[in-house]
Amino acid sequence: MMDASDAGEPTPPPEAAPPPEAASAAGAPAAGGPAGPWHAKLTRAVEVRNVGILLPFVALFISLSIASSPFATKTNLLQILDQQAATLIIAAAGTLVLVAGGIDLSVGATYSLAGVTAARMAEHTSPAVAILIGIAAGVLVGAVNGLVVTVLRINSLIVTLATAFIAGGVATRITNGNLLVLFDHPSFGDLAKTEALGVKTSIWIMLAAVIVIGFVLGRATVGRYIYAVGGNDQAALLAGVPVNAVRVLTFVLSGAAAGLAGVLDTARVLSAQASTGDINLTFSVLTGIVVGGTSILGGIGAVWRTVVGVLFIALIYNGYELLHFNVVYEPIILGVILIAAVALDSWSRRRQ
Amino acid sequence: MAGSGDLAHVELRGITKRFAGTTALDDVTVAIRAGSVHALVGENGAGKSTLGKILAGVHSPDEGQLLIRGEPVSLHSPREALDHGIATIGQEPSVVPYLTVAENVFLGAEPRRLGTVRRRALHRRYDALLGSSGFTLRGDRLAGSLRISEQQEVEILRALSRSAEVVIMDEPTAALSGPDTARLHEIVRSLAAQGKTVLLISHFLREVLDLADTVTILRDGRFVRTASTDSETEDSLIEGMLGRPLASTFPPKRPPAADAPVVLRASGVRAPGVAGVDLVVRAGEIVGLAGLVGAGRSELGLALFGANPVHDGEITLNDAPLRGGPRRRLQAGLALIPESRKDQGLVLDRPVFENASLPRLRSLSRAGVVTRRHEQSETHAVLERCDVRARSFRAPVRALSGGNQQKVLFARVFLCQPSLVIADEPTRGVDVGAKRAIYDFLAELAEQGLGVLLISSELEELIGLAHRVVVMRAGQVAAELDGDAIDESAILAAAFGNRPREAA
Repeated sequence: MMDASDAGEPTPPPEAAPPPEAASAAGAPAAGGPAGPWHAKLTRAVEVRNVGILLPFVALFISLSIASSPFATKTNLLQILDQQAATLIIAAAGTLVLVAGGIDLSVGATYSLAGVTAARMAEHTSPAVAILIGIAAGVLVGAVNGLVVTVLRINSLIVTLATAFIAGGVATRITNGNLLVLFDHPSFGDLAKTEALGVKTSIWIMLAAVIVIGFVLGRATVGRYIYAVGGNDQAALLAGVPVNAVRVLTFVLSGAAAGLAGVLDTARVLSAQASTGDINLTFSVLTGIVVGGTSILGGIGAVWRTVVGVLFIALIYNGYELLHFNVVYEPIILGVILIAAVALDSWSRRRQ
Repeated sequence: MAGSGDLAHVELRGITKRFAGTTALDDVTVAIRAGSVHALVGENGAGKSTLGKILAGVHSPDEGQLLIRGEPVSLHSPREALDHGIATIGQEPSVVPYLTVAENVFLGAEPRRLGTVRRRALHRRYDALLGSSGFTLRGDRLAGSLRISEQQEVEILRALSRSAEVVIMDEPTAALSGPDTARLHEIVRSLAAQGKTVLLISHFLREVLDLADTVTILRDGRFVRTASTDSETEDSLIEGMLGRPLASTFPPKRPPAADAPVVLRASGVRAPGVAGVDLVVRAGEIVGLAGLVGAGRSELGLALFGANPVHDGEITLNDAPLRGGPRRRLQAGLALIPESRKDQGLVLDRPVFENASLPRLRSLSRAGVVTRRHEQSETHAVLERCDVRARSFRAPVRALSGGNQQKVLFARVFLCQPSLVIADEPTRGVDVGAKRAIYDFLAELAEQGLGVLLISSELEELIGLAHRVVVMRAGQVAAELDGDAIDESAILAAAFGNRPREAA
């Protein structure tokens, strides 16, 4: 999973290694340093941002494995992935929005809207149609976000805050404030609960979504454009990048991901309500992205980082549960981690 | 206190400084006479700024000694340097915009009573400072309303008020326009006349020869020579900086045949900052676009490239009308090297090769996915051809020197194979060696049959490269000069609207 989404970074495929080495040898005297190939590689490998979240994640994983015997079991780990499926999908797509220099605060409301839309539709039509309409609701919110941001040139923070209210309101209208229960339509749950190779479909769908999104950012032409737009939109425009189309696309993907996640969770618990994915989900997603090391200022980030960031936080929660720590301290720790992550980002920027 | 004879006011003896494996300065010894203007020159990365920063207390040397009036000292902060009478004036002065000039000058050292500033005493002191220094800047103006050169005056006054004896100026005129540069030169001269010692770090060799008494050349962190400016010329300085003679500053001009086809034709173009311009560029022709800052040159470039809206007029490329934004114009065969490579040209955090391939990425992709091997081979070939020097082409382009960054933008042009390239101030802020390389690129592009529109504020550059010069004033074409008619006075006369003015 991580290998595939590793695509977000400009790490070289091994077979393409020789040319830059030759170049670096030629360039070394100009750069004024004894930077041989191994040296360059080493510098790159130990760059704080590149290792970033990975070290603490591995450290936490190992400590939890030692401290709690139920931790490193298949059941526990799969349960974490199942619970985090929605957050991971949304955060993966949200990474694209952030890298392109935007932010999407509407994902929580979109998630709810898609969930209740699918649930309401499932009462009347086949699960497949209900699922598609739920996701379409997410795409619609994303498209509105993208178009308002680019056409009206309004800051995406404000636009998506507004559409979060609107989507949340529409969701409440659909449910009339009630919990929609699908226990009469258990086949809807097949989307998330079918097992394949001992793993639930919710996890398979999450893996597929994350890999596709990681591929888009890391390998696709449009992924390059996303980095360029977030890194320097004016330069991107003058280099012929369709800046606005790229921005709209990131919001559409984010909306679609939130829609998929909402539908998936509705299938997981066979119920939906308008307030399930409120602002808390939005903030968990953002926290995961930022803790992973994607810059809130745009231009820097990768999907694999977000995956590690989200899972890092999930491990902390899981560890609290397994070790019976006082849950009260959870949000405090989370806040400290978030500040540490952003401080690291700003520090590594200043160092350049 | 004033400069007395040959006493070395400041002496840097055997200074070595390393940064993370790079030797920035290697056993450099420089003696600076009291009351003199001493210049430091060298290419980017030669170590001149590092030397300035060691003297300013920003960096501590790894080896070597710093002597002030013969006494060894060690400086660990700019504060300590100031205590020894050493102050630094940077490219971009730091003033507090909402305080007055006088308040800025005495910031942190205001005459106070019971925690409040004694305004009258402050202004009395300020007037006394003006009297002793010969400056004329009014003390009650808001610092935020000052020009950059005036803000630099504030910094110099601040230094003088703390009785600084040595003033380090690191590229003080890099951000200044013509008249402001002239004003700054006056200030340097008046400082010298007051017996202050000035260390001038500058890229502008003519400025160095005009202002400085003595010049020290550095190359790759090593001392080359210290000499009186009377015995140096621009060529001899360049030779010292490069370590080899620079054959000539410009490649030979090869004007296109008279019947060369027209590549770009603009007629009656009106756009923001452009008030009706007719322009023709032929294949193989370098057309220089001259004019003062604000005359509409860059604006014309952006309008031609589709980045600014065109309100009226027609633009054709190879007789086909140009429409749409930059994306479509790139496809049509237009390329732009924008005025500011950092703001408009490069995505600084992305790797060098990605910056080179960006405009052509679609043709290097299949089914929406970048074909990496294809991209690698294409970009590496063109980056090497443009002699871009980088630790690795995967390093962020931010890590490159200005000259190499500019070469990346040229690599882009070579990769795009356009029929017309608009180069806006392509040599701004690049060192001598890269400058010559860029001149060669421009000449080469023209020889390949491209039309080149060269926007530049450096008259020498226009005179040395352009086959024809179009001078703009107030958004319109003020004059067109051809062949031998291209000279400095003709360009300036047209740029200023024939009013006699001092050439800055």
